[in-house]
Amino acid sequence: MPKVKMPRKSTSVDMTAMCDVAFLLLTFFMLATKFKPDEPVTVVTPSSINTTLLPDSDVLLFTVDKDGRVFFSMDGQPKRRKLIEDLNTQFKLGLDDKEVQNFVVGASVGTPIKNLKQYLSETPEQRKHSGLDTGIPTDSANNELATWIEYGMAAQGGNFNKLKYCIKADNATPYPKIKEILDTFKKKHIQKLNLVTNLEAPPPGTAAYEEMQTGGKKD
Amino acid sequence: MAEMDTSSGGGKGKKHGGTKSKKHSTRVDMTPMVDLGFLLITFFMLTTTMSKPKTMDLIMPKDTENEKEQNKVKESTALTILLGKDNRVYYYEGLAQDPNASANPDFFHATTFANKGGIRDEIIKKRDEVAKTRNAKGEPEDVVVIIKADDDATYKNFVDILDEMAINRIQRYATVDISDQDKQWIKQTESANGAQ
Repeated sequence: MPKVKMPRKSTSVDMTAMCDVAFLLLTFFMLATKFKPDEPVTVVTPSSINTTLLPDSDVLLFTVDKDGRVFFSMDGQPKRRKLIEDLNTQFKLGLDDKEVQNFVVGASVGTPIKNLKQYLSETPEQRKHSGLDTGIPTDSANNELATWIEYGMAAQGGNFNKLKYCIKADNATPYPKIKEILDTFKKKHIQKLNLVTNLEAPPPGTAAYEEMQTGGKKD
Repeated sequence: MAEMDTSSGGGKGKKHGGTKSKKHSTRVDMTPMVDLGFLLITFFMLTTTMSKPKTMDLIMPKDTENEKEQNKVKESTALTILLGKDNRVYYYEGLAQDPNASANPDFFHATTFANKGGIRDEIIKKRDEVAKTRNAKGEPEDVVVIIKADDDATYKNFVDILDEMAINRIQRYATVDISDQDKQWIKQTESANGAQ
């Protein structure tokens, strides 16, 4: 009998390549995932059956917390820079480069414009203690919300068609505050608004539920 | 690259007295690591899509002074819903333009946002009732829901009632400022319920 040379190679598959791919994907998703920016307030939004997604860009977002404080935020750092520089010139705020940069990279802003300089010079942690997080005034005597909308629009560079105005309010926000905000938009002739909500399933036995069951899509 | 395979070293290892440990492969089993990798990938993929908030479109009507441009609502096709405090809902049929309407004790009702026996049932009832009637052209009428929120109502109530409109496919609805008459009715109902 001829001597058969048994290969001594192990039968286990080389996992290195697969592992490489797995971690490449992992890294990609970790980096691509945009974490929620640190908001000054926590807002629990109500649920609705609407499935329209909140767009990522071209959004002016107004966050309203349960005490009715209004915060403004906008996507896009170049646009944010333009906005704060416009405000700076118009209202003679005297912001330095550091404060401008704070606004550009920061999260929502909610303070009267006259306090903006001090507000931006502080860290989010300090703001909580100094009590400057009072929200943007919306009352008719001093409606700075309208100013923010104007400057937010101006910062888009003329591209208003895609711009969405989102209101993200808390479950417990009193209705009169919402009405003030809606009226402000109305005065600015902005009729199309988006309310940020969570998704919930349509309740059984209703028109929307049956439409979903039959796969019919009306809107 | 990362592979360190010594198993195929031929018979050379036997030179040094054939210690058993030499035969063991130094190759690391990557399977658990890959498992973990894919688990994390799956987690990140799912969480990114799930946490995306949804939006509800709200289209506000234009304020108009011109009487001709204003929409007139028929008394018979209207359902007025009032939002009160503590998630309470009140409703009545029609627009209550007739001051004597409140004389009828069955006119003003209180209800809740409950799934069963709440405001939804009333909306569906009214919708189907109105759909049976015909307008001058012989087409089915559309119910018009008038939403009035009291000062004590919350944003949640407001979104919930707009959501009811979407759930029940009510095409025509409007949010209107609450009148003093409505406020008074809410107060009366509240005190009446409190007394019970």
